[in-house]
This record gives sequence, structure tokens and C-alpha cells, in this order.
Amino acid sequence: MLRDSLQRTRQAFFGRIATLLGATELDDQTWDEIEALLIQADLGIETALAVTEALRERVRAEGLTTYEQLREALKETLLSMLPEDVPSALAEPRLLTVILVVGVNGSGKTTTIAKLAHRFTREGWRVMLAAADTFRAAAIEQLQVWGERAGVPVIAGQIGGDAGAVTYDAIRAARARDYNLLLVDTAGRLHTKYNLMEELKKIRRVAARSVHEAPHEVWLVVDGTTGQNALAQARHFKEAVGVTGVIVTKLDSTARGGMVFAIGHELGLPVRYLGVGESLEDLQPFDPQAFVDGLFDE
Amino acid sequence: MPMFEGLSSRLDGIFKELRKRGKLNESDVDAALREIRLALLEADVHYSVVKSFVARVRERAIGAEVARSLTPGQQVVKIVYEELINTLGEPGRLDLSGDPPHVIMLVGLQGSGKTTTAAKLALHLRRQNHRPLMIAADTYRPAAIEQLQALGRQLDIPVYSEGADVAPPLIAGRGVRAAGQENASVVIIDTAGRLQIDDEMMAELAAIRDRVHPQETLLVADSMTGQEAVNIAQGFSDQVGITGLILTKVDGDARGGAAISMREVTGVPIKFLGTGEKIDGLEVFHPDRLARRILGMGDVLTLIERAEAIEMDEAEALALEEKFRTASFTLEDYRKMLQQVKRMGPLSQVLELVPGAGEIMKQISPEDIDRQLKRVEAIINSMTLAERERPRILNASRRKRIAAGSGTSVQEVNQLLKQFRYTQRMMEKLSRQKPPANLRGLFR
Ligand SMILES: Nc1nc2c(ncn2[C@@H]2O[C@H](COP(=O)(O)OP(=O)(O)OP(=O)(O)O)[C@@H](O)[C@H]2O)c(=O)[nH]1
Ligand SMILES: [Mg+2]
Repeated sequence: MLRDSLQRTRQAFFGRIATLLGATELDDQTWDEIEALLIQADLGIETALAVTEALRERVRAEGLTTYEQLREALKETLLSMLPEDVPSALAEPRLLTVILVVGVNGSGKTTTIAKLAHRFTREGWRVMLAAADTFRAAAIEQLQVWGERAGVPVIAGQIGGDAGAVTYDAIRAARARDYNLLLVDTAGRLHTKYNLMEELKKIRRVAARSVHEAPHEVWLVVDGTTGQNALAQARHFKEAVGVTGVIVTKLDSTARGGMVFAIGHELGLPVRYLGVGESLEDLQPFDPQAFVDGLFDE
Repeated sequence: MPMFEGLSSRLDGIFKELRKRGKLNESDVDAALREIRLALLEADVHYSVVKSFVARVRERAIGAEVARSLTPGQQVVKIVYEELINTLGEPGRLDLSGDPPHVIMLVGLQGSGKTTTAAKLALHLRRQNHRPLMIAADTYRPAAIEQLQALGRQLDIPVYSEGADVAPPLIAGRGVRAAGQENASVVIIDTAGRLQIDDEMMAELAAIRDRVHPQETLLVADSMTGQEAVNIAQGFSDQVGITGLILTKVDGDARGGAAISMREVTGVPIKFLGTGEKIDGLEVFHPDRLARRILGMGDVLTLIERAEAIEMDEAEALALEEKFRTASFTLEDYRKMLQQVKRMGPLSQVLELVPGAGEIMKQISPEDIDRQLKRVEAIINSMTLAERERPRILNASRRKRIAAGSGTSVQEVNQLLKQFRYTQRMMEKLSRQKPPANLRGLFR
């Protein structure tokens, strides 16, 4: 029974909303179902309620009746939850741009860094990587393999070593060797761990001391299959190290990543890229319109 | 997000209205269930699972007699809680019957924690006198093999690998054979993370399965997973067949509703919880604890159970309380209390069980506290009883002696004394406060 209902949800996500919105009478049950579909996309109950409320308001105020109108209104409402045109620090010219990549364990930081390195290299940046995950077994080797594949140098220390020191060394190396973009891979950590968040702050301070206004971007990598905890992650990492953007990974799965609406709405953080696979090319710049469309398509 | 502060506090309002009546009627129950539904959705339980769960509770609750000792609201919570425990099921034991070597295969999505869990499980089994061997069958993720090997070295547990250029089913097959020769009693196979919709990769898992016939195939899943949990569990269950679940990263603050979703779609038991990056961070699953967590009730009961296990003498407790109130609490009392607390387990873990302690944890480091407490104890132990009772007599030379005796510095001794005075004041303040309302309601 449960399986059937899931199957139905999967198959006709947008179709069902379309049918619902096309119904002549928008009764309470219809609204409940819209809310349900949003919840199943991981928007979270609060955001889902906010979206349906706003949509209801528009339907009332503007007297929307056709399916097309309602569908557009829903999409616009969702789009309005995402922050608009937040400028990227990458647009400003400088000698060395430093980007810190952070997130919980296993979210996809290291792989994403490799993808970013690949992408930025092709855009003409001279990219270097810093292996500041000195904690997890074989994390350094993992980044080194990726560095080789992406054709960019990796500055690494010893396992168990000081992550701040690695960051510092990497910044010096980047300067000395004339690299203009440094991506810092950090160890995965749960946002609730005090010590580890302090360590991250330290890495940030090291960067700030060595390069003017560094880190210029701090990107939080969030696993796209994560539920409501993603908001807690974003909130804590933002508070601790001033996250400036989000990258959502594993969206090649059937997960819809709806938690970015809560993150965007509550914290004003823009999504920068989406991870859609495990090879170097599997990174897409975030396109809000396409993302909203994808929430419902099957 | 005050809206989702925890079910118990939200239900409070409803309870108030329910308080008088004798039997649970439909409208009472529905009012309470609306809140339950929200709480479960907020905890990431899948929408459809919430629906069927709430329907089950409704059926049981309507017309139920309210026990004399409970308010109607508490009666509803009790039913919800019991039903949740039912749904989560009994803690699953590993099936290690029959002839060794017993083969355990770990499967799951990318980044769910399989490799770390393999090592934790190996350690857990060795502590039960098994002889584990791990097989590195993740040939995809860069340095995954090295990671398992490093963990194996750290634990002194053998790791079988053939590098990254051999097909995983072949590695697994030969690894299991090698295990027989090496006299290993359990084999744990670490497989690459994969999406359940990746047909090719799922077929590979089936091929490994058909080659080594694992006794246990455990789905390792991230406790932070959202609505996708049902698809994941369903996919692995259908295509590979699983015998149990391991929920990881439970040491974070995710409510863990995914566990219910996965249990419900697969019907297999939850066997372990991963509770930290350290290699011994693996716990046997307790349905009651997880149920409380999903409901947002904290793990208060566990704390109470632990506190009971200490069997603190009631009279002693009262005396202590009295001392707090009158601020006549001495360093000797402090030392006794530290010992009590220590018996409850590392403070870092104890704190995690206290609802609302999350706030405190953000500001201070629990691991630091544990370390700090050890030093504090050493310092107090180096004092004479008179000094403990009357810290005022601690002049410079006494402080120097204590520092030397405890292997600390005079600075640290001073720091402790300062802190102690502060604690005294805090205790005084705390004792004037009432316990939080929702807790009082729950444990009357
Ligand atoms: N399918 C899919 N897998 C991904 C994606 N991004 C990362 N992964 C996989 O997720 C797993 C974990 O990725 P890592 O890059 O090691 O994650 P991490 O955050 O660096 O992990 P820790 O450093 O251990 O915290 C690997 O198996 C990756 O291949 C993605 O967009 N799609
Ligand atoms: Mg990493």
C-alpha cells in the first residue's frame, strides 16, 4: 500500500499538482495535497506551509483560476523563496582568491572540490588545492588522486597535523607559484561538535590573516538527500565561519533537494552549484528556474 | 524555530484542555494527532509513513480509557510513544549462527558512512571475541581502499584488498576464501557507495551477494536523510535484499525520522547506531531512545535510568541540594558530585541526553569538559579535607603544593577556585528556579 502510494508520487509529481490545480474547486483537501507534495520534496513543513499560504493568498487576491496561472504562481512563489543575485566574490579581480569548502561528514566536499577545480581551470583560473582534512583516514590521498585527475597541484601536510598550518602553507605556495585560486578541503564535521567547529574557525582566521579579506567565499556542501537537518547545518556553519553559498550534491538521485528553499528563505544563502554525479564534469551552476521546474518533473 | 520546539511543549496546550475527561474522544485525539503529525514530518518521517502511523494511533486512541495516573494528553503521548517503539521494532542482533566465517556486507549511498562503520563493526565484533577480517571492495572512490587499510592498521585488524583494478565481486569472493584460510571468524565487506537507481551498480551488489552469500546485508544510512529515505531503503531492499539497518551520524542533532521510514518500508530491524567519528562510536540500537528523540522529547528517560543506576542515596542528594541552596557547598561536595556524574558516563554523552542542553553544548566543548573534569578532580584530590571544606585557607604555598601534587600549575588551581566560587553562585541561582514546565508535566 505504502509502496503504491510512493510509486504514484514518484511518477506523477507535477502531473498531480497540475490536476489538483486544474480542479474546479480548490478545497482544503487540494491544498493539503499540494502541501504534501512539497513536503515530499523535502521543503520541510514550515516552508511548505509558507508556500501554500502565499499561493492561497495569491489565488484569492488575483482570482487565479486556470491551471497555467496557478502553476506559474506556484513556481513564482517557490522562486521568491530563493535569494536573488547575491554577488559572488569570484567576480572581483584579486591576486589570490581563497575558497573554504565545509560541511558535515560525507556530504561530498572532496569530490566537489575536484569538480570545482576542473571547472575553474577551464575558465582560466590557476587553481591549487589545500588538503586541510588532516583527520579522516586517507582523506589526503583522496584529494591527491583528484588533484591529479583535474591536473591541479595539491598542498598537503601529515595526517593528524594542524589544518590551519596546511592552509597557511598552501596560501604561501599559491603565492610563490603564482596561483590565483585556492580551494581548501576541510574535514567533515557535524555542526554540533564544538571543538571541530572551533578548528574550522581557526582555519578561517589563518586565511584571513594571510590574505586580504580571505576566505573570499565559504561554501557549504550539503548532501541532497538530507532532510530538515540541512537547515541546522547551514545555520551553524554560517554562524561559525560565515558561509556565503551552498552546493547541493547527489542530485543525480531521486531526491529533490527542497531544503534549499528553507536555507534560502531563512538564511538568505544562495545555492551556487549542484552535484549530479561522481565524475569531474558532474557539476552544474545553479539555475533557480530549472531547479524549481525539476522539483515536479519526472 | 519556536514552532518546532519539541512535541511535549507543543502538546502542553492541548493537554490542558484534555485534562478533565475520562475517555479519549474523537476530537480530543484528532487535536493531539495534528501536532503529532507535524512533529513527525518535521523529524523527516516520510509523508506516507506519517499518514499510516497516525491512522494506527488514532485507531488505538479513540475510546481508550485514560489511566488513572495519567492525563488524557499523557495517555495520547503514551500511545504514540508505544506505537513508535512498535514501529521501530526490537533491537536487531547480528545473525552469526552456523559455521564461520560469517559474511557481513555493508551497502548504502555515497557518503553514508560505510567504511567507518566497517571498522567500528570489526572492533565491536573483536570485543566479543570474534576474529574479524575486512574486505576492501570499494574500487571506485579514490583512496577508499587506503582508508579501510589505514583503519585496519589502526585497529590491528586484517584487510583484504586487491587494489582498485579488479572487479568487486571477484575481490569479495577471494577475500572470503582468504578469510577461511586466515582463520577469521567474521568477514566485513566494505562496498562502494551507490544510488539505488543506478542499475549497473546495483547489479554489481547483487553479483557480490551471489558470490559470497552474506549472512547479513546491512544498509548503512545517514540519520540526516530526508524524504528520500523510503526510496533508498526500498531500492536496496528490492534489488539486493537487506537483513538490517545501521543508522549513522546519530551524534548530530538530526531527529532521525528516516529510521521509521526505512523500517516501515523494509521491515528489517535496526541493528546499530553510529555515534561518532571515533572508532568505538557504535551503539546497539534502543528503540525507546530513538522514539523519544524522534518525538523531540530528548532522552530524558535514559538520563533518569542512568541516574537511577547510580543509586545516589536520597539523603545524600537532599543534603547536597540543601548545600546548593545555602551556598555552603564545599569542594569536598564538589568532588563527590563529580564522581557521581562521572559514573553516568562521559559528560559529553550525558549532556547530549538532556533536552535543551543543545544550547549549552554550542557554547562549551563537552570533550573539553571531560578533560577539564579530570584535572579538577586531580587538583581537589591533592587537597586536604580541611582545605576542601574551607578553600579560604588556601594560601600561596598550599596552592603551590597542590599544583605540584596534582601535576597542574598554580594558575590552574587558581582558575579552579575561581570557577568553584562561580559554580557556587550558579547553583544558588539554579536552585531557585523551577524545572521546565514540559518536563514537570511529563514525569508527574
Ligand atoms: N552520486 C553522487 N555521489 C557523489 C556526489 N558528490 C559526491 N559523491 C560521492 O559521495 C561520497 C562522499 O564524497 P566525498 O567527496 O568523499 O565527501 P566528503 O564530504 O569529502 O567526505 P568526508 O571528507 O569524509 O567528510 C563519495 O563516494 C563521492 O563519490 C554527487 O553529486 N552525486
Ligand atoms: Mg573529504
